[in-house]
Amino acid sequence: MPLQVLLQVQDVTMRFGGLTAVDRVSFAAAQGQITALIGPNGAGKTTLFNCITGFYRPSEGAILLHPPQRGPGAAPVALHRLAGHRIARAGVARTFQNIRLFPGMTALENLLVAQHNALMATTGWGIGAVLGLSRYPAAERAAVEKAKQWLHATQLLERADDPAGALPYGAQRRLEIARAMCTSPDGPALLCLDEPAAGLNPRESEELARLLLAIREAGTSILLIEHDMGVVMRISDRVVVLDHGQRIADAAPAEVRADPKVIAAYLGEEEVA
Amino acid sequence: MSPIRSPEGTPASPGGVNRTGKASPAAAVKDAALAALVAFGLFAMMVGLRTEIGPEGALVLRQRWGDVAILCLLVFLGRLVLSLWLGRRRIAASTAPGRWTARLQQAGRLFAPAMLAVALTLPAITQGDRYLLDLGILVLTYVMLGWGLNIVVGLAGLLDLGYVAFYGIGAYAYALLATEFGFSFWLGLPVAGILAAFWGVLLGFPVLRLRGDYLAIVTLAFGEIIRVVLLNWVSLTGGPDGISGIPRPSFFGLPFTMSGGEGSFAGTFGLEPSPSHRVIFLYYLILGLALLTNWVTIRLRRQPLGRAWEALREDEIACRALGINVTITKLSAFAIGAMFGGFAGAFFATRQAFISPESFTFIESAIILAIVVLGGLGSQVGVAIAALVMIGGFEIFRDLGEYRMLVFGGAMVVIMVLRPRGLVGTRTPSIALGQKRAISGELVGEGHG
Repeated sequence: MPLQVLLQVQDVTMRFGGLTAVDRVSFAAAQGQITALIGPNGAGKTTLFNCITGFYRPSEGAILLHPPQRGPGAAPVALHRLAGHRIARAGVARTFQNIRLFPGMTALENLLVAQHNALMATTGWGIGAVLGLSRYPAAERAAVEKAKQWLHATQLLERADDPAGALPYGAQRRLEIARAMCTSPDGPALLCLDEPAAGLNPRESEELARLLLAIREAGTSILLIEHDMGVVMRISDRVVVLDHGQRIADAAPAEVRADPKVIAAYLGEEEVA
Repeated sequence: MSPIRSPEGTPASPGGVNRTGKASPAAAVKDAALAALVAFGLFAMMVGLRTEIGPEGALVLRQRWGDVAILCLLVFLGRLVLSLWLGRRRIAASTAPGRWTARLQQAGRLFAPAMLAVALTLPAITQGDRYLLDLGILVLTYVMLGWGLNIVVGLAGLLDLGYVAFYGIGAYAYALLATEFGFSFWLGLPVAGILAAFWGVLLGFPVLRLRGDYLAIVTLAFGEIIRVVLLNWVSLTGGPDGISGIPRPSFFGLPFTMSGGEGSFAGTFGLEPSPSHRVIFLYYLILGLALLTNWVTIRLRRQPLGRAWEALREDEIACRALGINVTITKLSAFAIGAMFGGFAGAFFATRQAFISPESFTFIESAIILAIVVLGGLGSQVGVAIAALVMIGGFEIFRDLGEYRMLVFGGAMVVIMVLRPRGLVGTRTPSIALGQKRAISGELVGEGHG
């Protein structure tokens, strides 16, 4: 089966004043795959992530999304030109390295906020909903069902009414993934995870890997920044390696593991010619 | 000895608290003796030795060791009692609301309907007592303003120090429309609200990027600009003389006249003409407007828009990542909050029949904000109680004259020390699969712009 490209990163450069954090990086993430983005600390992974998810506007280059529902011939969405909040609507959801839940809201509320755009569309600019004259109640029931489904998938159903800030760390990580998955009606086209396994114990990492594989089976492609090489090597279909803002490898996990340049970057040796 | 020490077992904290939560008397005595020693070190210099001018004009050192001993003894006993008493409290890690909070909440469930019942029957209870009804109108005006500002500050987390500007815009909008173009109250009210909302959006645009302190400063400036414009645009607003002769409200077209003739309120309903009719009508008018504010807020909180406001208060960056248009969401909070401020302003204008810029000074913004903060950010019942306590309480202490500011300030300090998150510091979830449980204030964001 030929792989269809979902996300295309073309010569993206990101400069902060004199510092070039990302230097002409190109890679492609394929539809239905888990693509991992790895590299030593300060390699520019999170900066690239922020460019893809619209938190930074790249200094140069293009980021194109080919949403699968648009069909193969359709024009891609230029993510680098979209306003921050439109990127989620285009089908790119993300989580954060330092968890960014709404701590004072319950787990269920967190998942309902994620469905804001779909729900807002049914309220008639909010006026109809205040007067009780809209399709809103039915839409809210559907949204709660969807939230329950994701709470179940992340084993958080019993804690649905607990404030997100009171959940254990691992549960907060799972809830953030569930929240990202609720942003599009049929699940986002691309889920960007920034170090989802950070701070998890081995059993939780194992559960996370299973959850990510299940998400991939459900049709959402994943772009993953991760330091836990066990998780990366087990679940990734492709690995892109960054070092000092440049792409130094882009291959299958086994190949990357044997690549001398990658080993040099990680162990800090002189680069092998 | 167990190597693990509870956080309370550190020497600086109430002594003698061991892991089971019981204070041992010996440790408490030791701790109290230590405190007394520190007290001696301080008081020996400050109280024990005192220089005085002697009979020959030279400085004489007077020693007061008796006083020092009494002070040290007081510190010793106080510390002993404190550590024995505090030591009895069990320290448990929990994010659930505390014991008092839970009790207040139970009381609150009955309290809100009870307050509503009293508010609805107040004219009957007071038997038309003019003073009490006027006070009720004043309190309800502030309840409404507090609820309006609560949307902006409590829900959306946008610190607005210039809320009085919208109150002023609503008042002047209605006053000018009524005196210049003969708008009736029921036509002027929505127009005043819409104008205030329009200015809310206009203020919102430039300040969208600002957060926290910067937002507060700009909104503060906005409030002052509006007041200064009202003061200086003499041809439109009459400047410091204000606008007088604003039409009094009529009962849906039936004026409250003392003659009681045909076509007046008293005449139509066959009542004895009385000046209290208008006061009672005004009272129910502001009660209705305040309840409308409350109803809309409660409805919106359960809607996507209200949830987005609260999410914005909790984490703006996460909101953006979820595809929420932060600009529109913030502006809608500003606009809706301002609209209710405008409604309250229109009511104020028709009630007073005279307005001037003096009614819209910064202190009004500060009082409204204090009501919201004291009541508990985001809590409807809390804001209502705070308005009652602050505005009503201020009236009760009228006899104290100058000192009432002192009483007032002291009361605020005491409340903030005892309940740092306001009277109702918990947040009730907008939706739940099972039972709705209050969320402790410690988890809820306070908003940073």
